[in-house]
Amino acid sequence: MTPLQLFCQQLANGLTLGAIYALIALGYTMIYGVIQLINFAHGELFMVGAYVALTLVLLSSAGPLPSGIPWWMTLLVCGLGSMAAAGMLGAAIERFAYRPIRHAPRLNALITAIGMSFFLQNALMLLYGATDRHFPNPIPLTRWEVGGVTVTLMQLVVWAASGLLMVGLQLLVMSTKLGMAMRATAQDLKACALLGIPVDRIIATTFVIGSAFAAMGGMLFGLHYGTINFHDGYLMGLKAFTAAVLGGIGNIPGAMVGGLVLGLLEGLGAGYLSSQWKNVFAFLILVVLLLFKPRGLLGERVADRA
Amino acid sequence: MLKLEEVEAGYGRTSCLHGISLEVREGEIVVLLGANGAGKTTTLMTISGLVAIRGGAVTFQGTTLSGMAAAELVGLGISHVPEGRRILPRLTIQENLELGAYLRRDRAAIRLDLARVCELFPILAERRRQLAGTLSGGEQQMLAIARGLMARPKLLLLDEPSLGLAPKLVSAIFDAIKRMNEEGITLLLVEQNAYRSLQIAHRGYVLETGRVVLADTAARLAQNPRVKAAYLGG
Repeated sequence: MTPLQLFCQQLANGLTLGAIYALIALGYTMIYGVIQLINFAHGELFMVGAYVALTLVLLSSAGPLPSGIPWWMTLLVCGLGSMAAAGMLGAAIERFAYRPIRHAPRLNALITAIGMSFFLQNALMLLYGATDRHFPNPIPLTRWEVGGVTVTLMQLVVWAASGLLMVGLQLLVMSTKLGMAMRATAQDLKACALLGIPVDRIIATTFVIGSAFAAMGGMLFGLHYGTINFHDGYLMGLKAFTAAVLGGIGNIPGAMVGGLVLGLLEGLGAGYLSSQWKNVFAFLILVVLLLFKPRGLLGERVADRA
Repeated sequence: MLKLEEVEAGYGRTSCLHGISLEVREGEIVVLLGANGAGKTTTLMTISGLVAIRGGAVTFQGTTLSGMAAAELVGLGISHVPEGRRILPRLTIQENLELGAYLRRDRAAIRLDLARVCELFPILAERRRQLAGTLSGGEQQMLAIARGLMARPKLLLLDEPSLGLAPKLVSAIFDAIKRMNEEGITLLLVEQNAYRSLQIAHRGYVLETGRVVLADTAARLAQNPRVKAAYLGG
């Protein structure tokens, strides 16, 4: 393998991980955007998504469904199902845990989020057990050699799914009325209420979308690694949070860029130095960034003249 | 059209309004005068649902408003242009205006209204694609009023529209208020500039520490020795 081929291979691997980080990071950044809360339970919604997808994959391979369904159909159903489940859970968390304390000091909400994270993590452990669970992968093991670089069908699925969702989100946010209301709510909640924008509903919608994206990340994570564990959400959540800060918290394109950059750096670090150190790279990036560019890569504000 | 009867309201444990009664009739411009802290802004916020009503009643065209959320009141036809303008700086001027019509579904009429407010404030038409945060203070005030109009209100509440503006822009704002009124919008106005606002208003109220101490036609208020001494510089 030539050095260039090795580099491209690590790039492909890093891009896969980065796409998953980006999906999770989007939820952090959108929720922070509308209510200035770091939703520490977000990593657990990612895990809920992974487990719901696992349940659906097991159901579809083991039983009532007729065999002979193409693999992508199975994946589509599992993905949509886990997105819907996590989306509803996200909305419920917002309604019953965060909304009652929206006007309380910020620390209260932060502590509530951490508590919610513990609650969900332990609920998952009770439901699915504390041991690693095998995640059966319906995607065929097809692989291609492109100029000496191996690309798997699995990787293509990750890129396509996350790419589609991100393009869709960008369209929603930038060119629909709902998206405009979301951007407005992120700037001034009270002014939006005076315009007749139903801010509670906009915030709930943000939670639904963010949680659904995390769930898709969870399913792709399970498919990619082959096993999942109830506490995987902790580290993945922290990494995705790093990605969101890297891109500039509150900034949607920033979360996408941050996720991809973090994945690429981790992939390259794992390839050239040691994969044992990849978490060190991730958090070193966070520390260095906060020192020199605390608003993140794209987190620059337009001057607000009065 | 709008009626406040013995309204009490406030923040936290303190009350700011101690039984305010006033009335705005259809087609009028009514001005609230008073020193800082008299309760003018709180009165507007109570009408638009940002501050909860603790006692008394607010009715708008026969509907009791107490307990309604700010967003519902927009649907009833009350638009509030708040103190400090509260435009959305990182959205374009066009987007700010479109959000003003958030609850409306009549697309064709929205487009007409967009043209109408741009005619009222031509600077907004020129800068449609610009971020609202790049506008000057006076232009932001025009945008805030225009955005309020986009909801097609029956009653427009304006809080200190001329605050901090250059004299030329103050005139432009007052001319626009007069024109809106002639086009059929009822206005309740809070203003520091008592002289200009009594010129365009039909009636006025003077507030002191959360109570109405004077109520009269604008012409008579402008002649009232107490008003002259306190707000018109002798």
